Amino acid sequence: MAGRGQRGAGGGAEAVLEQDPDLPPVALDAAAVEAEHRRWTPLRIAVWAAVALLGGVAWVVIAVVRGETVNAIWFVFAAVCTYLIAYRFYSRYIEKHVLRPDDRRATPAEYDADGKDFVTTDRRVLFGHHFAAIAGAGPLVGPVLAAQMGYLPGTIWIIVGVVLAGAVQDYLVLFFSMRRGGRSLGQMARDELGVVGGTAALLATLVIMVIIVAILALVVVNALAESPWGVFSVAMTIPIALFMGVYLRFLRPGKVAEVSVIGFVLLLAAIVGGGVIAETSWGAEIFTLDRTTIAWGIVVYGFVAAVLPVWLLLAPRDYLSTFMKIGTIVMLAVAIVVVRPVLEVPAISEFAGTGTGPVVAGSLFPFLFVTIACGALSGFHALIASGTTPKLVEKERQTRLIGYGGMLMESFVAIMALVAALSIDRGIYFAMNSSAAATGGTVEGAVAFVNGLGLTGVDLTPEMLTQTAEDVGEETIVSRTGGAPTLSVGLAHIMQQVVGGSGMMAFWYHFAIMFEALFILTAVDAGTRVARFMLQDSIGNVVPRFRDTSWRLGAWIATGVMVGAWGAVLLMGVTDPLGGINTLFPLFGIANQLLAAIALAVCMAIVAKQGAARYLWVVLLPLGFAAAVTITASFQKIFSPVPAVGYFAQHRAFRDALDAGETSFGTATSVEAMQAVVRNTMIQGVLSVVFVTLAIVVILTAAWATYRSLRSGGAPSAELPPTPSRIFAPAGFLPTPPEKELEAAWRAYEAEHPRPRPHVRSHG
Amino acid sequence: MSGATRRRGLGWFLRALLREDAYERYLEHEAAHGRRPGDPGVLSERAFWRDRTDRQDREPQGRCC
Repeated sequence: MAGRGQRGAGGGAEAVLEQDPDLPPVALDAAAVEAEHRRWTPLRIAVWAAVALLGGVAWVVIAVVRGETVNAIWFVFAAVCTYLIAYRFYSRYIEKHVLRPDDRRATPAEYDADGKDFVTTDRRVLFGHHFAAIAGAGPLVGPVLAAQMGYLPGTIWIIVGVVLAGAVQDYLVLFFSMRRGGRSLGQMARDELGVVGGTAALLATLVIMVIIVAILALVVVNALAESPWGVFSVAMTIPIALFMGVYLRFLRPGKVAEVSVIGFVLLLAAIVGGGVIAETSWGAEIFTLDRTTIAWGIVVYGFVAAVLPVWLLLAPRDYLSTFMKIGTIVMLAVAIVVVRPVLEVPAISEFAGTGTGPVVAGSLFPFLFVTIACGALSGFHALIASGTTPKLVEKERQTRLIGYGGMLMESFVAIMALVAALSIDRGIYFAMNSSAAATGGTVEGAVAFVNGLGLTGVDLTPEMLTQTAEDVGEETIVSRTGGAPTLSVGLAHIMQQVVGGSGMMAFWYHFAIMFEALFILTAVDAGTRVARFMLQDSIGNVVPRFRDTSWRLGAWIATGVMVGAWGAVLLMGVTDPLGGINTLFPLFGIANQLLAAIALAVCMAIVAKQGAARYLWVVLLPLGFAAAVTITASFQKIFSPVPAVGYFAQHRAFRDALDAGETSFGTATSVEAMQAVVRNTMIQGVLSVVFVTLAIVVILTAAWATYRSLRSGGAPSAELPPTPSRIFAPAGFLPTPPEKELEAAWRAYEAEHPRPRPHVRSHG
Repeated sequence: MSGATRRRGLGWFLRALLREDAYERYLEHEAAHGRRPGDPGVLSERAFWRDRTDRQDREPQGRCC
């Protein structure tokens, strides 16, 4: 207990947190909680030994046994057993030593309750909300691209990374934001790091948001290009969402489940209808669009969607995507367990060491760790964990389930995406994920390119590509980069074994494309809105009128600037003669991980201020790794002399070629294309410099704040003073026996002291 | 644990997951402060849902990638 008294604003908490003697206890006794955790009954020992044993066997099968094939079920066992052990032991360690939640303190949802934004929410429900808010297309896409290095590096990073980094970040940020009344990451950075660190964090967030939106949009463009079926069904989500919006606003307000079911049925109809329409000659003519046209479509959509009222498009889309997200993920998990696909992929591929893989350029360290961002460590989550969720938490100790546990779930989604992508033939994988610059975009070109890679066990034939394309109802699957189409083929491949047989593959493929496009378009809309507000707030420092977010013209200008920014990056990626995804995706990962480094740096400063120096390593470990990965990756992108890796090296190579009067160079076949490369690489390089500079500023200011706190043995942080709680709820998913007793005491108390009840009309 | 409505079962869980119970939770909050539906300052169901999306217009939240 030494040092407890000097812990930040928690000092003096004891007197303030005197519990109301008329109420049943609002918290379990800390000693009782500890005793419960240490009560090792024979049954518990047996269960945990079994979990450890199964997990150990699964890891041996994945990592050590070198057979021709490996069954996907081992990935599920390795992941789930590791998550269980990490949750039970490591997250508990963080809880006990670093965060020290105190259920005697009221949460913002209790002391700031307003019935709207601040509402105590059942922990299991909030777990679902939080998970739906953090999981998007990211964990589905990154692992697919990283699969070029074999299954093992990605699997290890997704599972170990989440345990030691991603889940830690989410848990810490959620907890610290909750202790600060639900403040955002940007506000916490300003509070804890001062003006310089805070401003750098805000700027970095803004730039990172632009990049993330642009590259997510690029994934959609690549999935929909030359695909009339996909374009039709995804386009139909707009009228469906508008209908749902009007329905909820004017016809039956609040009937969310009802409208979600209607929307889901319409969505399925749009997928089926897309197949029919793509078969007709007029349908194919109208809906077959090239990449540039689709990119412009998304830019226009992004602007319109972000200035339309939320109720009309964004809110209904949210309902649809929550519905689809939870449903599809459960469906895929069940299908993988039922089908147990066999993976014929080497554990570590030829490209892991050389860094010359065609999917994403760069060697395993650091580029594996930026390619798989979401699923292992995602800085974007820090924005969610310091957004809505902390305002809804019922009791402090529940943050472990919601923050740490929620991220473990997302990691599991990433593992399933990896398994689904690896279950398709390796030759097809490379044909789909190598850029058109490499394959020429033709079946013959793809076959020649992939077979020329010299991969063991890969023997691609043109028939395999045309047959797969036919199965999924597409004209071609060559060079469908971006991850989404590959995952969709994998998902279709698995799902058709459960439901519908090979005749249903095309449906499942387009179901998966729709599912990803839905998340991404929602993220594009919401991201543009958030970025617009941040921009308006920043401009407001100079032109005060911009602060007024209800000022239409200002809103339109700010939206236009943000859409212009990500639209420019998107169009650059779409028209890039070098291929787009393989050059831009690392930028996405680097941006996301830099945001994680920023969030962790803020957490480090807070932990140090609370005087928990002995346990600072819990934050230092992921922060050090994220900083090493992103700074190394950024430096390689900036300084590497290898043109495929370094933006400026590429820039120089093409500029020199132009100067030498050449009219084609590498994959660029015209002077215009060469000029485009010169321009694009300069923009990408400058962006890398901006990112890494801002991140370094934030990390240094956090390190300085940490150093000063450590020297003085702690410092006041911006944590709010404690307020005593007047409610009780269990901490974990299932209540423990002592929690059940307390719940019973509360039920008895409430029976004796009935609260005033609203007269809610019964809902038909 | 206000326990005003029955908080268990799959039906409740799915409704809560979709946040369909938001208005009921709001009324509970108002009731705890002695205000009942129809009292001045207490939003009607329609007004509550309008206000809910309109506030998102003013305070947007990001969605994750």
